[in-house]
Amino acid sequence: MSHNTLLVFELTILVLAIFLGFEVISKVPTLLHTPLMSGTNAIHGIVLVGAMIVLAQPHKDAFEWVVGFLGVVLGSANVVGGFVVTDRMLEMFKKREPAKAPDARSDGGTSAE
Amino acid sequence: MSTNLANLLYLIPIVAFILALRFLSNPAHARRGNQIGAAGMLVAIVVTWIKAGSASWWAIVIGMAIGGGFGAVAARRVKMTAMPQMVALFNGVGGGAAALIALAELHRILPEPGRPKIDIALAIALSGLIGAISFAGSMVAFAKLQELIRGRPITYPGQKFGNLALLAVCVGLSVTLVSGVQDEWLLWVVIGGAALFGVLFVLPIGGADMPVVISLLNAFTGLAVAIGGFELENNVLIVAGMLVGASGTLLTLLMGRAMNRSIANVLFGAFGQVSAAAAAAAAGDGGTVRSANAEDVAVMLAYAHKVVFVPGYGLAVAQAQHDVRQLADLLEEKGVEVSYAIHPVAGRMPGHMNVLLAEANVPYPQLKEMDDANPEFSRTDVALVVGANDVVNPDARTNEGSPIYGMPILNVDDAQAVVVLKRSMNPGFAGIENPLFYNPKTVMLFGDAKESIDKLIEDVKTL
Repeated sequence: MSHNTLLVFELTILVLAIFLGFEVISKVPTLLHTPLMSGTNAIHGIVLVGAMIVLAQPHKDAFEWVVGFLGVVLGSANVVGGFVVTDRMLEMFKKREPAKAPDARSDGGTSAE
Repeated sequence: MSTNLANLLYLIPIVAFILALRFLSNPAHARRGNQIGAAGMLVAIVVTWIKAGSASWWAIVIGMAIGGGFGAVAARRVKMTAMPQMVALFNGVGGGAAALIALAELHRILPEPGRPKIDIALAIALSGLIGAISFAGSMVAFAKLQELIRGRPITYPGQKFGNLALLAVCVGLSVTLVSGVQDEWLLWVVIGGAALFGVLFVLPIGGADMPVVISLLNAFTGLAVAIGGFELENNVLIVAGMLVGASGTLLTLLMGRAMNRSIANVLFGAFGQVSAAAAAAAAGDGGTVRSANAEDVAVMLAYAHKVVFVPGYGLAVAQAQHDVRQLADLLEEKGVEVSYAIHPVAGRMPGHMNVLLAEANVPYPQLKEMDDANPEFSRTDVALVVGANDVVNPDARTNEGSPIYGMPILNVDDAQAVVVLKRSMNPGFAGIENPLFYNPKTVMLFGDAKESIDKLIEDVKTL
């Protein structure tokens, strides 16, 4: 495929992604805005894939080594940290825990936290 | 693996990311969505691994171990109250990675014969520029939220002009870079200048406006990553990055709307500067502040029919979310109807209060958004304001001179009585005087929010 054809395809999916992004996000309630931000934060960790491509390039000089390596480090921190933080947040959203609630109340006062 | 096969397989992470965002529309299956997203990310990494071949695989493994290890440990250890700075930090490193990719790509293509293609050069300049702003800006936001530097606006003379000039220089150099002067040092200057701009641009933004800034920087990183996809001709980067870019932009606009302020005003207004004059004016028409002790407030709460908690950033600072939940449970046992009124910009991150209260196992149907909460205040006996200030400031409705005039607020003064838990009479983060404290309906319970709530719990128990 010629470079220009590819570019046009890429621009097309870029524009579609913009509208898709708006569409999907507008359905998220404010209740979940923090996990949403944190979750999208994890998704842009896809930058790790770009850093991997840079570092996997054959015939690198020292500069590309260093930059690619740093990119992989930062990208992995983004991916792992982002998904783990989001998971921790979402784990907490519960409707009501019927079994646990009563005894949480009875011992709640004597031992705070 | 051929490029076509790789691109075909990249459809898996793309669909996974879209599903992840889709599932976030309901708290019941949001967590599943996040797991689908993570699984999609894993597929993307494996596909890239196979496609890119085995060159320097060990360096990739070491880099992933270092970065992933740091990310996992930091994300596991962080307290829920410190979540906003964690999000800022992870956002920043993503932007930094995008800028690094731009540097590496330019370095790689420059020695090749012929001029680099103009779209590739443009993508390199843009992702370097935006990625660097996002990296540096997020780091400053992190430092502010972590209180490594002070949260109040930091300004210097000629700030707006200086920032604008700096940005113009960076953009000008980017244009030079794209239009044919392809020296590597140009990109270094662009990235350096953009990083400086990122720092200068976040420094003057006050703590209360952090939700908007973090959300905007999130959009920037997404955009930088999407543009990075053009450099590397990689679809999954383009789609995933742009989804984040679009979602961050939308969230930023929603935040701005919730405060009834334009994004430009938030970013360049150095909000909170006005404090001195406004505070002096308000102090003049003073009125008296009624302070109460915990026993009095406990009686008010225990004999109320309906109590609404109004949490703010002070709740996060005092880490009082578990105590609030205990108090609420106690009141419910006594037959009091309890709910929570959440302002969209309470805290330092969109939805910050929801996460904190969820951590304390508050069932989410009890968390009311502003539009649902406001009509309820007129039939509320006690509105208990825990560490919130600007979001309950009636000046936003009535005082045209107030910097927050026009911002929709929670109308706690419609309730029969208002109890404000506050450390002292110091103005809030935005530095604005709050006439609610002088309202005859209002009593103040001074002290650390956590200690005050604990005292209330003790006293309500004895009733």
